[in-house]
Amino acid sequence: MKKKTFLSLIAVLTMTGLFVSCGTNKSNNEVANEVVNKVEGSGNSGTDNSGEIKIGINFELTGEVASYGQSNVDGIMMAFDEINAEGGIDGKKITAVQIDNKSDPAEATSVATRLMTQEKVVAELGPATSGNFMATIPVAMQNKVPAISASATADKGVTVDDKGNVNEYVFRLCFNDSFQGVTMANFALNNLEAKKAVIIKDNSSDYGKGLAENFKDTFEKSGGQVVSEEGYVSKDKDFNAVLTKIKGKDFDVIFIPGYYQEAGLIIKQARDLGIDAPVLGADGFDSPVLLELAGANALNDVYYSNHYSSLDQDPLVQEFIAGFKERYGADPNAFNALGYDLGKYIADAIERAGSQEPEAVKDALKSTKGFRGITGTFDMDENHNPVKSAVVIGLKNGVQATSVKVDPK
Amino acid sequence: MNSMKVINKKNILILIVIIVFYAVAQALINNGTINNFYEITLATICINIILAVSLNLVTGFTGQFSLGHAGFMSIGAYVGALINMEMNSTSGFLAGILAGAAAAAIVGILIGIPTLRLKGDYLAIATLGMAEIIRVVFLNMDDITNGAAGLNGIPRFTNWMWLFIFTALTIILINNFVHSSYGRACISIREDEIAAESMGVNTTMYKVMAFAIGAFFAGIAGALYSSYFYFIKPSIFGFMKSIDILVIVVFGGMGSITGSVIAAVVLAVLTTFLQSYSELRMIIYALLLIVIMIFRPQGLMGTKEITDLFKIVKKNEKNQ
Repeated sequence: MKKKTFLSLIAVLTMTGLFVSCGTNKSNNEVANEVVNKVEGSGNSGTDNSGEIKIGINFELTGEVASYGQSNVDGIMMAFDEINAEGGIDGKKITAVQIDNKSDPAEATSVATRLMTQEKVVAELGPATSGNFMATIPVAMQNKVPAISASATADKGVTVDDKGNVNEYVFRLCFNDSFQGVTMANFALNNLEAKKAVIIKDNSSDYGKGLAENFKDTFEKSGGQVVSEEGYVSKDKDFNAVLTKIKGKDFDVIFIPGYYQEAGLIIKQARDLGIDAPVLGADGFDSPVLLELAGANALNDVYYSNHYSSLDQDPLVQEFIAGFKERYGADPNAFNALGYDLGKYIADAIERAGSQEPEAVKDALKSTKGFRGITGTFDMDENHNPVKSAVVIGLKNGVQATSVKVDPK
Repeated sequence: MNSMKVINKKNILILIVIIVFYAVAQALINNGTINNFYEITLATICINIILAVSLNLVTGFTGQFSLGHAGFMSIGAYVGALINMEMNSTSGFLAGILAGAAAAAIVGILIGIPTLRLKGDYLAIATLGMAEIIRVVFLNMDDITNGAAGLNGIPRFTNWMWLFIFTALTIILINNFVHSSYGRACISIREDEIAAESMGVNTTMYKVMAFAIGAFFAGIAGALYSSYFYFIKPSIFGFMKSIDILVIVVFGGMGSITGSVIAAVVLAVLTTFLQSYSELRMIIYALLLIVIMIFRPQGLMGTKEITDLFKIVKKNEKNQ
C-alpha cells in the first residue's frame, strides 16, 4: 500500500513535469520557427543588417478595453504600411510583431517579456491603457528596450516613478489627465464665461477622480465656484436622483469627467429633465457610442477636450482622415490618430537614430523636437512627456461643429 | 503504525522526488532553456495551482460553492504588496506573504461564519457579493491602496524557488488535510450534509475551517502574484478572476487535487501558446471547456487522484 502511494506520487510529479516541458517545448519550437522565419541571420539585439526592423505591438486586442487597443493598432498598422510602401526606413521594412494582452496587466508583463527577450524587438508599442502600460514598465527598464504608449494618460507612475525619477526607457505620446482637467476649467472660465460649475464624476476610475480634482483646483483658483460635486460608479444606468438634486441649484456648466457609456446617459437624462446648461467632458467622450446613447437632440452645447479634431484643416490631418476612411471604412477617432502618430513617431526615431540599437533609439526618442503629427506638433520634455496642445471640440446635434486649440502653458 | 512516523521510507522518497523536480527546473532556468518568458508561464502555473487547489478544498471537497476566491487573493495581494513595498527585502516579502495569508484567513472566518449557513446558489451569491465588497473597499481606500489606479512598482522577490516552495507546501498541506479526520468530515458534508450532521459532525465548524484554510492559501497566491507582476489594481480581482479559478477546479475535477494541478498547467500553457492568435484565443479556450463538460462533466479527473489510477492498474494485474 505504501509503495503504491509512493509510486503514484512519483508519477504525479513526473506527469506534471512532462506537461510543463511538453508545453514549453511546443511553444519553444513555435517561437523558434517564428524567429527564424522573420530574422534570418540576425544578431541578437536588433542590430541586424537584414532587411527589416522588428517592432513589438503589445495591445489590448481582446478583453474589456479591447476597443482602445484595437483602435491604436489600426492607426499603427496604417502608419507602418505607409512607411513600408514608401520603401521603409533606410531601405528596411518594418515588421510588426503583434501580440494580444487580453486587457490584463499580468498578461501585458508576459507579452512585454516575450517581445523584448524572445523576439528582440527594437521598441515596444503599447499597451493603450495606463494600468496595463505600467505593468510593462519594469520589463522595459530591465531589458533596456524603449516602451511607448500612445494613450496612457495617468498622472502618476508612467514616465516618472513614485520617487520622482524618470523611467529612462518609457515614453508617451499624449498629454496627461491633469492637463485635460486644467484645459476644461480654463475653457469654461474664458470661452463659456462660466462662474459656477457642477461636477458629476466617475468615482470608480482614477481618470474621473483625477480630472475632477484638477478641474476644481483650476476653476476655483481663477474665481469660479464648484457648487456641487456628485459621483457615480461605472455601469450605472439611472442618474435621475443626482440630476434632480442638482436641478434646483444655480450653475452655469456641468463637468462630467468619465467615459462615454455613462456620460451619454447622463446627458440624455439631464436634457430630458430640462437641464440645458453646457456639458463639459474630456477625451472619454470620444466615441460614436456617445451619440447612440444620448441622441442627436441632447448633444447640443457639449464640449470635450481631445487629442485631435477631424475639423482641423491642416492638410496632414485631412490626408490622414481620407486615408483612414478608405482603408477601414470609418471615421478615425482619437485613439486611431494617436496610434497613427505612434507608428510614425517610432519610425522617425529609428531613422534619426540611424541604428536599430534600442539604446540609440531611446536617445532619439528623448531628443525629439518639433515632431509633426496628427495630434499636434510636439517636443519631448525632460520627463518623457510630449508638450502638445489639446483641442476642445464642441458638438451641435451630435456632430462636431467647433474646435478650439488650447496650448499648454 | 509505521505510517504514523514522520520519517519513513515514503516521506523520504517524496522529499527526494520534490527536490529533484525543483533542481531540474532550476537547472533549466539557469542554462536558459526556460527563459524569462517561460518563467512567467511557470509563475502563472504555480500561482494558479495554489489558487485552484485551495478553492478545491472549499468547493470540491467540502462541497461549498464559492464564487469569491479572487476576493481572498486580493487581500493577500494588497497586504503582501504594501508590506513588501515598505520593507523592500526578502524578509519583508516573506512577512508580507504570511501577513497577507493571515489577513485573508481572518476575513474568511469572519465572512464564513454567517454565510456558510447558506447552501448552494444562496452561498454562491453571498460569496460573490463578499468578493465584490472586498474589491470596492480596496477601490475606495485611496490613501493606502491608490484606488482604481492601483499599486505599481512593487519590488519583485517572487522567483522560481519561492513559487515552488509555496506550491509544494500548498499541495502537501491540503492533501494531508483532506486525508485527515477533518478532511473526511469535510467530505462527509459534501456527500450529505444532513447525514453528516446526524452523525455528530459539526458542519458549520468544518465548513468555516475549510473556508479559512482556502482563504489562507489564496492569500499566499495573491501575495506571490503581487510581487511577481509588479502591479496590482482592484479590477484584476473581479468576478472574472473568481470564475477563472473555478474553471480550473471544475476542469480538473471537483475533489481531485491532481486534477487541479493538471488543469492549471494545461490552461496556462494553452493561453501562452495562443497569445499570438488573439482572434481564436477565446474561441479555442471556450470550445475546450465545452468539449470537456460534454464528454467529462465530472472534469478531467473526477474525484480521483492520479494515485487511484495506479491502484486500478495494479488491481487488474493481480486479477490477471
